[in-house]
Amino acid sequence: MVIGVIYAVLFWAATFVIVLGVANKIRIYWKTPAPLKIPTTPAPVTQGGVVVRMMMEVLLFKSLFRSDKLLWILSIMFHYSMLIIVIRHFRYVLDPVWGVVDFVQPYGKYIGFIFILGLLGLLARRIFIDRVRYITAPSDRAMLGLLILIAFSGLMMQFVSHTDIVMVKAFFRGLIHFNWQPLPADAALLIHLTLVLILMFIFPISKLLHAPGVFFSPTRNQVDNPREKRHLAPWAAELEKQGKLYLDELD
Amino acid sequence: MADYEIPEITGEDGIVDVPKLVPDAMKGSGPWISKQEFQEFMHFPTDFTMPESVDNYGDADTLVENWKERALDKMADLKGRYRSLQVYLDICVKCGACTDKCHYYLGSTDPKNMPVARQDLLRKVYRYYFTFAGKFFAKLGKPEFVGAAELTEDVVKDWYNYYHQCSQCRRCSVFCPYGIDTAEISMAAREILDHIGMGQKYCTEIMGKVHKIGNNLGLPAGALADTLEGLEEDIYDETGVEVKLPLDKKGSDILLITPSADFFAEPHVDGLMGYAKVFHELGLDWTLSSYASEGANFGMFIGSYENMRKISLRIRQAALDLGVKRIVFGECGHAWRVAYSFLNTLAGPFDFLDQNYPIPQHVLEITEPALAAGKLNIDKSLNDDMTLTFHDSCNIARGSRMGDKPGGQFEIPRNVIKAVCNNYVDMPSETIHDATFCCGGGGGILTDDLMEIRVKGALPRMEALKHVTEHHGVTHMAAICAICKSQFTKVIPYYGFTMDQIVSVHQLVSNALILTGQLTEEEIEAKEAAEEAERLAAKEAREKAAAEKAAKENKSDA
Repeated sequence: MVIGVIYAVLFWAATFVIVLGVANKIRIYWKTPAPLKIPTTPAPVTQGGVVVRMMMEVLLFKSLFRSDKLLWILSIMFHYSMLIIVIRHFRYVLDPVWGVVDFVQPYGKYIGFIFILGLLGLLARRIFIDRVRYITAPSDRAMLGLLILIAFSGLMMQFVSHTDIVMVKAFFRGLIHFNWQPLPADAALLIHLTLVLILMFIFPISKLLHAPGVFFSPTRNQVDNPREKRHLAPWAAELEKQGKLYLDELD
Repeated sequence: MADYEIPEITGEDGIVDVPKLVPDAMKGSGPWISKQEFQEFMHFPTDFTMPESVDNYGDADTLVENWKERALDKMADLKGRYRSLQVYLDICVKCGACTDKCHYYLGSTDPKNMPVARQDLLRKVYRYYFTFAGKFFAKLGKPEFVGAAELTEDVVKDWYNYYHQCSQCRRCSVFCPYGIDTAEISMAAREILDHIGMGQKYCTEIMGKVHKIGNNLGLPAGALADTLEGLEEDIYDETGVEVKLPLDKKGSDILLITPSADFFAEPHVDGLMGYAKVFHELGLDWTLSSYASEGANFGMFIGSYENMRKISLRIRQAALDLGVKRIVFGECGHAWRVAYSFLNTLAGPFDFLDQNYPIPQHVLEITEPALAAGKLNIDKSLNDDMTLTFHDSCNIARGSRMGDKPGGQFEIPRNVIKAVCNNYVDMPSETIHDATFCCGGGGGILTDDLMEIRVKGALPRMEALKHVTEHHGVTHMAAICAICKSQFTKVIPYYGFTMDQIVSVHQLVSNALILTGQLTEEEIEAKEAAEEAERLAAKEAREKAAAEKAAKENKSDA
């Protein structure tokens, strides 16, 4: 029961940090003005076009595809298997389980291998390509290591030493209802959950912010219509209003 | 020719092989630093000491007082005012997709010229002072674990050096999965440097001239009028037609804003004569302005919204004073980005102009439809001595548009070239359109004190040009940017080409355009011969009269 309480507290804290942390970052991105029109052209000339452009980036990694085919394949492997794995994990929280979760279940069990393969490929790039090695900070390798270990400990439970999955589910159901439940004291499970907690804690303070951040990238989310529609940031409007040229001259 | 190695070009496939890293290959002191007087004109701090020599550039005792604090304050200010900066400092995952995309890296092999590494020079300081991860690991004594670093003298020196090896061409941004734009980072870095006593002489000195006189060259109205008159004479001598290049003509329909290089540099000036001939032939009523006699806006290069706006407002003022209905821009890459993307923001709203035309409009947006509609009498064979290719200027390709449809900036110039030339070949697809390589001189780099990086940065374009010259018989490369034209004419000799292989697009139009009433070469020769004979006869008559007078005087003396 002690383990259950510790992990319950940690999961509540981690959820708190990731939700508020990311929300705070999104608030900052949202309220920071983009004073100039800087879409990378050719760019869509309508808002609908921008949605399509953004979807092509977020779902298909279009720019990356143009850029580096090997990196694109590894990234697609990693991100899409992660998506399926995350969906599959809903079965440990939801009751009854959604159809989509049931649908991915037969593949989800094995997709962890593709996930690890993609991550190992990304790690290999950081070690063997001199340009990528140069720009890699220790934290970049550590983050890949963290994900690999999460996957590895998960696969151990799936294929080598099962944990008491009914008990795990009761624990997470309990979390939703603020209700203490015990966790099985299995090493693989506790390692798995600890690493996931770390991932949740670092999300809002690391490069993992690329997930919400990409939607705020002005080069990708702006409509190419500067001649038709005047674009003006509030601080620039203030210069105009007061008839000043420099910001430090503002009243 | 130079005390550094000029990269080799082969022309095989037109693509530069990605080089191995050579750390510190381009380490140096950067371009010349701006004096206090220029900084003051730009409203930047002046409480710094001019370094005694370039070796002292960035030394703490030359910078403004409390330079560290003031640099960080500026960074905080900028990231609060520019979403691009805030987001891009946060979200880079260091995937490396951009690492082989920068022409300066490909040409110089210095790892700090890889876009992400260039950004990291600023990002590591951001992480150290402004992020939880950076502060946390700094307390543990391991800031480098999360790519954070303290702001030191050496960091400032790297900023000054490497942020002046970026031409803000945005090629990296095209290939980044998040669209991270190194130009936004390097503009911010230059703005910070301007606030700690490390302004770049080239940019600030030039902007001082615009603020004072109206153009980058410091060409006063009188000199400009003389130059334009000379160009009118040149066109007259060549065609026998009186084509005007009006200056400050009130009540004209069109105000033409063009880079001041168009007034005197080659091949720019041939382009300017081309616009004049097109306007003349289409019967357009146009004028230049001596108050706003500059298309380029260097405020963009140094990331200074305020100075960029101040320059842009001259254009608004000129348009109001002259009472024009339309504003048209000449061939200039950065000018067109500022005009197309920013002018409405900086100097709008332009509700006093004719709303039936794009505001502002590119000269090619006038010439192309006119050619397509057959309104210009073109003899393409007059350009048959050339086989052309076209260099997409970075700021036009990736920072603007022409026409109604996305990508018009690629089609319209090519349509014009093809309408006036029989022989046209594109360079390899990885080097054109939005994947185009910068000429190597954009973004405030076009100065003699940065010659090495300019030569090396031109490598990818030179390689592509070599390919089409060797395999497709290309003889000339057309451009629509004053910087591209100046940069190429200067650096292509290093790669075995000749200066005159660079041409303006409107120069090609001018070559092929037969003006109404234009005289043939024979007619001009005959006319010139007649004029010459007349002149000789007059001279003879004068001499005869003088001789008679002298003889008379001699007689009277005797």
